[in-house]
Amino acid sequence: MANMLANIFGSSPVQPLEKHVDIAFRCAKKLKPFFTAVVEEDWDRALEIRAEIEALEHEADNVKKEIRLHMPKSLFMPVPREDLLELLLVQDKIANRTRDVSGVIVGRRMRIPPPLAEKFLEFVNRNIDAAKQARKSVRELDELFTAGFKGAEVALVSDLIEELDRIETQTDEQQTILRSALFEIEKTLDPIDAMFLYEAITLTGEIADMAERVGRRLELLLSQ
Amino acid sequence: MEAQYVYIGLAALFGLFMAWGIGANDVANAMATSVGSKALTIRQAILVAAVFEFLGAVLAGGAVTSTIRKGIVDADLLAGSPDLLVYGMLAALLAAGTWLFVASRNGWPVSTTHSIVGAIVGFAAVGIGVDAVKWGKVGTIVMSWVVSPVTAGFIAFLIYLSVQRLILSQPDPLARAKRFVPVYIFLAAFAMTLVTILKGLKHVGLEISVKDSYFLAIVIALGIALLGAFFINRIESDPKADKKQHFYTVERVFGVLMVVTACSMAFAHGSNDVANAIGPVAAVIGIATTGTITAKSSLSPWVLLLGGGGIVIGLATYGRHVIATVGKKITQLTPSRGFAAELAAATTIVIASGTGIPISTTHTLVGAVLGVGMARGIEAIDLRVVAKILVSWVVTIPAGAFLAILFFFVFRAVLP
Repeated sequence: MANMLANIFGSSPVQPLEKHVDIAFRCAKKLKPFFTAVVEEDWDRALEIRAEIEALEHEADNVKKEIRLHMPKSLFMPVPREDLLELLLVQDKIANRTRDVSGVIVGRRMRIPPPLAEKFLEFVNRNIDAAKQARKSVRELDELFTAGFKGAEVALVSDLIEELDRIETQTDEQQTILRSALFEIEKTLDPIDAMFLYEAITLTGEIADMAERVGRRLELLLSQ
Repeated sequence: MEAQYVYIGLAALFGLFMAWGIGANDVANAMATSVGSKALTIRQAILVAAVFEFLGAVLAGGAVTSTIRKGIVDADLLAGSPDLLVYGMLAALLAAGTWLFVASRNGWPVSTTHSIVGAIVGFAAVGIGVDAVKWGKVGTIVMSWVVSPVTAGFIAFLIYLSVQRLILSQPDPLARAKRFVPVYIFLAAFAMTLVTILKGLKHVGLEISVKDSYFLAIVIALGIALLGAFFINRIESDPKADKKQHFYTVERVFGVLMVVTACSMAFAHGSNDVANAIGPVAAVIGIATTGTITAKSSLSPWVLLLGGGGIVIGLATYGRHVIATVGKKITQLTPSRGFAAELAAATTIVIASGTGIPISTTHTLVGAVLGVGMARGIEAIDLRVVAKILVSWVVTIPAGAFLAILFFFVFRAVLP
């Protein structure tokens, strides 16, 4: 028994998008205990968390596929379908970068040189903060839809995105400091290890980059 | 003498069948919006539907009943053979009832009104003659099927835009909602009572002057708005839920409004759709008891009871499940959106009913929902389904007509 009134409502992409960004954030958050374990060289623990990260990344992928399947071209929405799909894509990359960086580190059993450890953990935490702020912003989506992307709600989300930009800028600064600190000691390290440390820093920093791009995508939705 | 009881008995049976179908399926569309937005429980929805469908049918349904009864077929041509009209109306009822049953089984989006009008036009054009159909009137009815969803959509668009402007996009939506929602309640109650008084009370024998009608409507609407304001003021905000969803308490305020528009919608539906079932029954009874077509017999009260009763039985046996299923599926229609759609649709339907034009209530509601969507108010609308609804038009009218022609010839051969 189908019903015409029930069926004209396509499945709303809003709740699934909020769910997806939540998974992406929870995935990124795992980097905190992960890097702590790496600094302490507790590889059992690190591998355990790495498995959790992979599971979350996988879950995010599934939700992403589900959303795409339920967003046919025939859907009539207040915002362009392409913009929502782009938003989904950058949200997903938060989880992807988390998986990548944890993969490189456990794959090579990389050690964080003690002089870098503290700065590195701070840098990781700030990247997680960026992902958290991205989640907070995306969670306003259903309110934005209700208010028709107008008025007070738009101002609220703009503020959230501004804060997100500030966090991202801080991660950039931290990254520069971390890189020069690494540069100072790189001669004392195995060259390949040093190369991969640079790589790990880049990948971690991309989490905040992706979070910032989530903000950019939301801004595009607001500006219509 | 014997034959007339057979006719009346069959008409009552088929009319009940169709009313049952309307109650089982169609009413769900009018009520599920309220259940989906949690403004009413299923039990309350059925109660509201039963009471207001019935009131709508009795107070505002007379004009539509008379259109279905004698507005489509030119009875003068049949003065010599009233039995043909009896067979035809019986055939039309059975055809529309059967088609609705088959269609809702298969989930096709068909309209009760389209089915019965198609069936009546079908038997009259083929069974009696092309001239027997009042094509001008049929043209008006078909035009109204385009005009009514568009009108409802436009009204819904404006209403929802005003809700966004006045309440949802403001920094203090809750305070704003508490201030403006009673105004919307007043408007909804005013529109419904005014049309009922102006167009409906004549049929129950009450005559009130236009000036008094406006005055009475304002008084009643004010009363309802004050009652609504009382309930709204009792709503306490839930800071925890509001933090998660900023509009949580605001939507609860709109929930009060939704109860009013749900009543309006049930009333409007009763005023329009009950006539689809009882119009032909009334026609058959009129001919069977007087023996002529032209005699101006009034609508017997038991016919209305039959229509109202059939709908309530349909609601109770089958409709509650449909309401539950539909309600679960339309969570996107939050009270703030749902009321805009319902109010726009109900107003359009009641005005159309007042002029005697049978329109499709569900299609009008769909038009209203699209209107809310145009105001950027709905997250996602599946345009494929909207296209299917349009296609169903093209299918329903010939299908109803074909079945009616078939039954017409069977009845003419079999019945005395």
